[in-house]
Amino acid sequence: MDAVVRELSYAQAIQEAMATAMEMDERVFLMGEDIGVYGGAFQVTGDLVERFGTERVIDTPISELGGAGVAVGAAVTGMRPIFEFQFSDFATLAMEQIVNQAAKMRFMLGGEVSVPVVMRFPAGSGTGAAAQHSQSLEAWLGHVPGLKVIQPATPHDAKGMLLAAIADPDPVMIFEHKLLYKMKGPVPEGYYTVPIGKAEIRREGRDLTIVATSIMVHKALEAAAALEAEGIDVEVIDLRTIRPMDKQTIIESVKKTSRLLCVYEAVKTLGIGAEVSAMIAESDAFDYLDAPIVRLGGAETPIPYNPELEKATVPQVPGIIAAARDLVKGVR
Amino acid sequence: MDLASKAGADSRANLPFVYRQYSAEQLKQVLHKMYLIRRFEEGAEECYTRGLIHGTMHLSIGQEASAMGICMPLAEDDQITSTHRGHGHCIAKGAEVKRMFAEFFGKTTGYCKGRGGSMHIADVAKGNLGANGIVAGGIPIAVGAGLSSKMMKTGKVVVSFFGDGANNEGAFHEALNMAAIWKLPVIFVCENNGYGMSTSTARSTAVKNIAERAAAYSMPGVIVNGNIFSEVAEASHQAVARARAGEGPTLIESKTYRHRGHSKSDRNRYRTKEEIEDWMSNRDPITLFEGEMREFGLIDDKGIQAIRDAVAQEIADGIEFAKTSPSPDIENIQDFVYTEQA
Repeated sequence: MDAVVRELSYAQAIQEAMATAMEMDERVFLMGEDIGVYGGAFQVTGDLVERFGTERVIDTPISELGGAGVAVGAAVTGMRPIFEFQFSDFATLAMEQIVNQAAKMRFMLGGEVSVPVVMRFPAGSGTGAAAQHSQSLEAWLGHVPGLKVIQPATPHDAKGMLLAAIADPDPVMIFEHKLLYKMKGPVPEGYYTVPIGKAEIRREGRDLTIVATSIMVHKALEAAAALEAEGIDVEVIDLRTIRPMDKQTIIESVKKTSRLLCVYEAVKTLGIGAEVSAMIAESDAFDYLDAPIVRLGGAETPIPYNPELEKATVPQVPGIIAAARDLVKGVR
Repeated sequence: MDLASKAGADSRANLPFVYRQYSAEQLKQVLHKMYLIRRFEEGAEECYTRGLIHGTMHLSIGQEASAMGICMPLAEDDQITSTHRGHGHCIAKGAEVKRMFAEFFGKTTGYCKGRGGSMHIADVAKGNLGANGIVAGGIPIAVGAGLSSKMMKTGKVVVSFFGDGANNEGAFHEALNMAAIWKLPVIFVCENNGYGMSTSTARSTAVKNIAERAAAYSMPGVIVNGNIFSEVAEASHQAVARARAGEGPTLIESKTYRHRGHSKSDRNRYRTKEEIEDWMSNRDPITLFEGEMREFGLIDDKGIQAIRDAVAQEIADGIEFAKTSPSPDIENIQDFVYTEQA
């Protein structure tokens, strides 16, 4: 029998994933700053402390480095911790434990341990929180072998990918765009997983492939709908996982459309777009290209406070439409 | 507690802690392991000098009593996290030297299958969660292991070894605070050998004794002479009892000295020959322990020679095992990055 499907917000979907896992497996527990009675800075953990108690929903001191290390240590010794960073920017305080310890411990010890830790990172701009609370640092972690890095774009995927992450024996970093938390969408009840490492074609098209991540998937779909009126048929791929990347889905799409546009919120240089572009340039899809590959990413600046400046810092729908149109019409 | 006899126990009533606590046979085993650590490191150093081992290594020669004393009251399933100067901890927790040599030689029979080397030596089966190349990197991980012990009610105690250098890292302070607020069964062991690489604790650390840091986290801070096995073991016993009783963590500062330089690149320009000579001649932990054992009639020259001979054989066999073990295939370079999934 198919599961009942309800409309839930992205934040509710994540909370439901955590609750589902905690009910199924007593090793699963939550750690983070103000995730207990406060409910988390973005109310993602919400009332879970009332259901599962303070022993499984643990408020940590403001100690990102130490907290991440505690999560790693608990994971290595048999527990399944989910560590919430209050903002993804605070990963900078914990990079030692994430990059040197969590990512490498299994390797350094010759496979004698696994590190089944999940770390959650509320990310992205658009909330007026300025330069230290708005960054998109997923490519930093995507650069590290040993980590898996995911960016679900819908409530359905947020629940299913988080459940997949919790079940995964290796460290999984999940980047959640803060502007998506309130977005609603269909979410099945009960346990299900959405595989890590598999992209999803959100819209099929013939003229152009857009590879987008996180909130940019929705902006790309909006742009695609507008372009349809102009007779431009856009395929939109939701990358979903940036490490390990689903190369085949992108390659097949580019072979079909012969044009590639990468859209992501993080700073454009040395990011996801560079990786996707180079991957296509190295693949047999290169011969199918009818136009240069184009990247639309964040400006080469910290995120500003002023709302108009903030908006202008990251790709928006009109910019995606213009770039796609130029690509298809051969302006570039 | 298995004392040789009631009479033996009575005659030892005024002796230092370990001589009351352990049998002569157990103490001989301690001396054996202290020699094993010393000779293992000397053997590794010689192999390095002869070009059989590459990279670098950090020798703990002179710190053997600290590693042995702390591990003495630990059960096999208790856990430790260790440091870049971690060979002694690994042996003290029960590792076999042949598999350690094999790791240093980069062989598949090594504890880390040749992927870790000296700086990541581990023996997970014996509770050693690994040495660490990052100063203070293992301290929060030990607290996490302590949290697992509490949540899973396994009764395990976790020891985190680190050096004096680590006491000025943020991770140290964050970890001690969390262990204290959650009353976790963790023992923080600072092996203060006087220098973080070249910088003396006098120049690097605001407090005179690192154990004073414990006050900031409401836990006992205990200072021991790290070169006297009995002193270290007694402090460890008390800390383990406190941890097992659910009363929370302890910080032990074990004051000791490394005879060798920081690593293989050290030219010893930051300390005097006289200082090194003084520690080697007058405060060597093995000499001190051996002297006590003789004095209390627990071993004689013949017994000591037997230990030395047995250790020499074990070291020679270990090096031979490492030499003749297979190297990993280059085609397996991706192994262990991720967990293999069916």
